[in-house]
Amino acid sequence: MPDTVTLAVTRYRPEKESEPTVQNYEVPFRKDWVVLDALNHIKDKLDGSLSYRWSCRMGVCGSCGMMVNGTPKLTCATFLSSFLPGPVRVEPLRYFPVVRDLVVDISDFMRKLKKVKPWLIRANDKPLSDGEHLQTPEQLDNYKRFSMCINCTLCYAACPVYGLEPSFIGPAAIALAQRYNRDSRDEGWAQRMEIVSDPDGMWQCTFVGECTKACPKDVDPAGAIQQYKLSGVADWLKSLF
Amino acid sequence: MEISSCDVLIVGGGGAGLRAAIAAVEAIPQLRVAVISKVYPMRSHTVSAEGGAAAVIKPADSLDEHAYDTISGGDWLCDQDAVEAFVKEAPAEMLQLEHWGCPWSREPDGHIAVRPFGGMKVERTWFAADKTGFHMLHTLFQTTLKYESIQRYDECFVTKLLVDDGRCQGVVAVELATGKILAITAKAVILATGGCGRVFPFTTNANIKNGDGMALAYRAGAPLKDMEFVQYHPTGLPFTGILITEAARAEGGWLLNKDGYRYLQDYDLGKPEPKPVLRSMELGPRDRLSQAFVKEQEKGRTLEGPYGHYVHLDIRHLGAKVIDRKLPFVRELCLKYQNIDPVKEMIPVRPVVHYMMGGISTDLHGATPLRGLFAAGEAACVSINGANRLGSNSLTECLVFGARAGKAAAAFASNSMPEPGRAVFAQARDEQNRLENDLLGKTDGSGGKERISTLREEMARITEASAGIYRSGAVLERAAANLRTLQERFGNVVLDDHAYTFNTELTSALELSYMLDLAEAIVHSALARTESRGSHQRTDFPVRDDRKFLAHSLAFRTPDGTPRIDYLPVTITRWPPGKRVYGK
Repeated sequence: MPDTVTLAVTRYRPEKESEPTVQNYEVPFRKDWVVLDALNHIKDKLDGSLSYRWSCRMGVCGSCGMMVNGTPKLTCATFLSSFLPGPVRVEPLRYFPVVRDLVVDISDFMRKLKKVKPWLIRANDKPLSDGEHLQTPEQLDNYKRFSMCINCTLCYAACPVYGLEPSFIGPAAIALAQRYNRDSRDEGWAQRMEIVSDPDGMWQCTFVGECTKACPKDVDPAGAIQQYKLSGVADWLKSLF
Repeated sequence: MEISSCDVLIVGGGGAGLRAAIAAVEAIPQLRVAVISKVYPMRSHTVSAEGGAAAVIKPADSLDEHAYDTISGGDWLCDQDAVEAFVKEAPAEMLQLEHWGCPWSREPDGHIAVRPFGGMKVERTWFAADKTGFHMLHTLFQTTLKYESIQRYDECFVTKLLVDDGRCQGVVAVELATGKILAITAKAVILATGGCGRVFPFTTNANIKNGDGMALAYRAGAPLKDMEFVQYHPTGLPFTGILITEAARAEGGWLLNKDGYRYLQDYDLGKPEPKPVLRSMELGPRDRLSQAFVKEQEKGRTLEGPYGHYVHLDIRHLGAKVIDRKLPFVRELCLKYQNIDPVKEMIPVRPVVHYMMGGISTDLHGATPLRGLFAAGEAACVSINGANRLGSNSLTECLVFGARAGKAAAAFASNSMPEPGRAVFAQARDEQNRLENDLLGKTDGSGGKERISTLREEMARITEASAGIYRSGAVLERAAANLRTLQERFGNVVLDDHAYTFNTELTSALELSYMLDLAEAIVHSALARTESRGSHQRTDFPVRDDRKFLAHSLAFRTPDGTPRIDYLPVTITRWPPGKRVYGK
């Protein structure tokens, strides 16, 4: 085991420089350190000017996604030891505009999330006094997987279609639409279909499957998109007769 | 400086803040409601809550049982009128979340399922596997997206409350992406910024839990209530502080010392049974379990690793099937962050700071003594948590009191009141000057250059040593003096980063200064309470003293920055103070 490891970190400070640069930092190597621990060591001890996002350090808040040696990763769940002897390359998430250093602008993703109407839609709201909507464990399992998305946007950084065509609504947003569509309490399928089947929607996906590989929560956005396409075709067939 | 305005401004976009936002727009739809948060709302720390949320729904349960478990769990420091309102409104709030789409775990027939939890006589914890907070937060956030009248200021860090004419009239904030200073005026402000676990070194709390709202209120003259009551969760992972949910014990997990012995039986918590028994052994309350750990350590019966002493949480006997169905996140966390598989190995755990019972003093509607200022969730202290919060009450508290504060703030904001005057904007300009010149622009300190992380580490060492699971007068007095010194040294902090764009060192400095204020409030409140109650255990005053201390502490900030401690009587309705009995 080495004593130290080098992190090659992409820097970009728009007030000072017009192009990103790479800065190397030597940090102690510890077996139980994740990449985020190394970044925190840099920030605390070596260079307070490095900017990045993080919060929960337990893989659920979705803040700390970055490219680590070219792959989109949650840095809180990526051990340094997987990249020995280094250097470990840390870059901002691919395909997003960079605000500064390792911080990317996700406002486009936030707009897309809202666009798919990710809330329960019902023709008639049931009054609270009537109690809960019944939903069996099997019905819950039917959408559960798609409800696990933490909005970390790793799937966008993995998606070559999004890289070429930023208007593509993208994996996480479609998976979220599908999370509500498959919920036995929801009646909003038709409204969402209109949005998801528009030209920037699911038909852009060429089923590369990179999104599902990148997902740290096993959500399977590629599967959601395929389901959506199948139901879209069924819908179109029905409309013919 | 960019100036904007709204009617109700909510600081914090976690469970309490988002619930408040929806309650405010539903109460008065024409109000302009805004949520300002230093992170995108779905990053808020509510997301990390695992086990569940308590509300009476099953026929075998009753509101009085929930109230009693809460009040006895809180060692009779809860305000009982607040607890009664809380348990009564809890079921409808939880149902409301179900109607908004929260994926609650279910019984085979499709009804809501509940699980047992520590300190409870009857099972009443609603759960969404072991990612309850995550599902609640995303459900709330996604639901807010359908309300066009809820505006958001994402990734904007609030640095000051604007107070004029005895009324809170808005905030000053830094827009992180640009470094632009914002002055946002509002008729009512709700602080829903969560707790301040990061004041301590070992905590389950996320990096963002710096007590921003508590410090903002405190600096604006509102008192902080019961700050000496800090909840340690008995089962955190040693290095990271990652929480292993109480549900692991509720499903039948055991706490074992280095000899493989279920040591809780030695601490008046009942007899070991193979199956979990409510309010007994591993399902005793959090304060008592954390205290038992310290006693066990003193007896030399804990294990020692690179991050200090620990014991084992053993869930192997539950089997892979139960673990994967009921505790999938526990397994995931252990595998990904501790590199162990709880199906085959025991989990190393130690007590870690988890929750602040104390907070901004509010009434039953979330109103603080400062007009126009409201608070809800962990940032607030109503108080329903008393001297020790009952597990799975905090998520429910976010909903019940978030909704109450949202409604009350909306009603307040619908009154006619004068527009913010020149004094308000003068304050905002002074704040801009402080941020840009005293912090961002400063390149040299008169007393040398201090690093943020050095001061933060020293602060955490002081709080852990003095205001941890056991406290004493002498140590607390020393801690108070040392914190004063740190406050002075903070004046010499010089940033490496002088840029406006996404300057996270500036926010770290501001967070540290908030935490130093709160550390002082905690230590002084602990020093003044010369009794032992719930999570506040004084080795020099080991007994509960109802004659003197059936009272909430109130910490007021004095002009020199130190707190002044005052007291407010506890409201008792139907449950006179009694003995906390577990394991019988």
